[in-house]
Amino acid sequence: MTQAIQTNTGESLPLPEGLPGVVADWSSDQRAFKNVPWGKAMMWIFLLSDTFIFTSFLISYMTVRMSTTDPWPNPSEVFALTLWGKNIPLILIAIMTFILISSSGTMAMAVNFGYRKDRVKTFVLLLLTAALGASFVGMQAFEWTKLIMEGVRPWGNPWGAAQFGSSFFMITGFHGTHVSIGVIFLIIVAIKVLRGDLDHQRPGFLTGRKGNYEMVEIMGLYWHFVDLVWVFIFALFYLW
Amino acid sequence: MAHAQGQQHPIGIYLKIWGLLFVLSTASYLVDYFHFQGYLRWFLIVLFMLLKAGLIVAVFMHMLWERLALMYAILVPPLLLLVLLGIGSLEADYTFFTRGTFFGGG
Repeated sequence: MTQAIQTNTGESLPLPEGLPGVVADWSSDQRAFKNVPWGKAMMWIFLLSDTFIFTSFLISYMTVRMSTTDPWPNPSEVFALTLWGKNIPLILIAIMTFILISSSGTMAMAVNFGYRKDRVKTFVLLLLTAALGASFVGMQAFEWTKLIMEGVRPWGNPWGAAQFGSSFFMITGFHGTHVSIGVIFLIIVAIKVLRGDLDHQRPGFLTGRKGNYEMVEIMGLYWHFVDLVWVFIFALFYLW
Repeated sequence: MAHAQGQQHPIGIYLKIWGLLFVLSTASYLVDYFHFQGYLRWFLIVLFMLLKAGLIVAVFMHMLWERLALMYAILVPPLLLLVLLGIGSLEADYTFFTRGTFFGGG
């Protein structure tokens, strides 16, 4: 499992593995990230910066929740839905979680079929991912509407600590924005795949860079990150 | 695999991880459903959260197959956030204490 997959990045020097590899890669007075296209390294660095943003939100949420003297509204009851005459706790959030995980699964398979140059399958899987993402945003809109109708505002709510609303809208709003941008990004990549832009290395309309199937994987990194952030929001905001 | 382009792995591994993520999500939902409380709740929630995050980063995002230099560059810096976490909880405890003292009305 430790053998890195070879991607041609024009290297001619030997590439040691393990810790000597870290030292050699960083000190070689050339590009540090071997075997990955620059776009992938840059996407990882962008995601690293996004990690800091989301963690800052979650830590500030922790700080206000720990320091408030009012009782915190119980998420299990706040996000419960009545289905078939029964009150089921947190059910909408659970469904949203499964939808987002499924979209991550279809995305991973789209990347795989992309590298196999199976255009139609990649297109269908990317579109399926986008559809799952869009339904996630739809459910979030439903959840927001429900809470706003019940009187939740960034400055207060009927059940307890006022900080509940501001944390909720800030964190889920920022995440939902990421999902929405991802859906648009997915549709663009799906169209490029179907048209064969990636097979024929046609330049992109925005950057003018040649198309290739690593773009699908880079898109995938962003999408999996959105799922990753949801894992933390689900655990820390909804289950705490 | 010597000259394969990009990250190519059998489809099966994605399906297995997908299934595992479903199981872990169901498990963390059940923690809430059965009203586990206290340290047990915390332990289970954080355990399932970290397992899910690890699987997504390692397999779906292919970190497992990247070179160590990229792995360290991306995975080590977030550890700094633990310092922020510590500062945040210290500050929150202090704020809670002063609010109790001045607004508590005992």
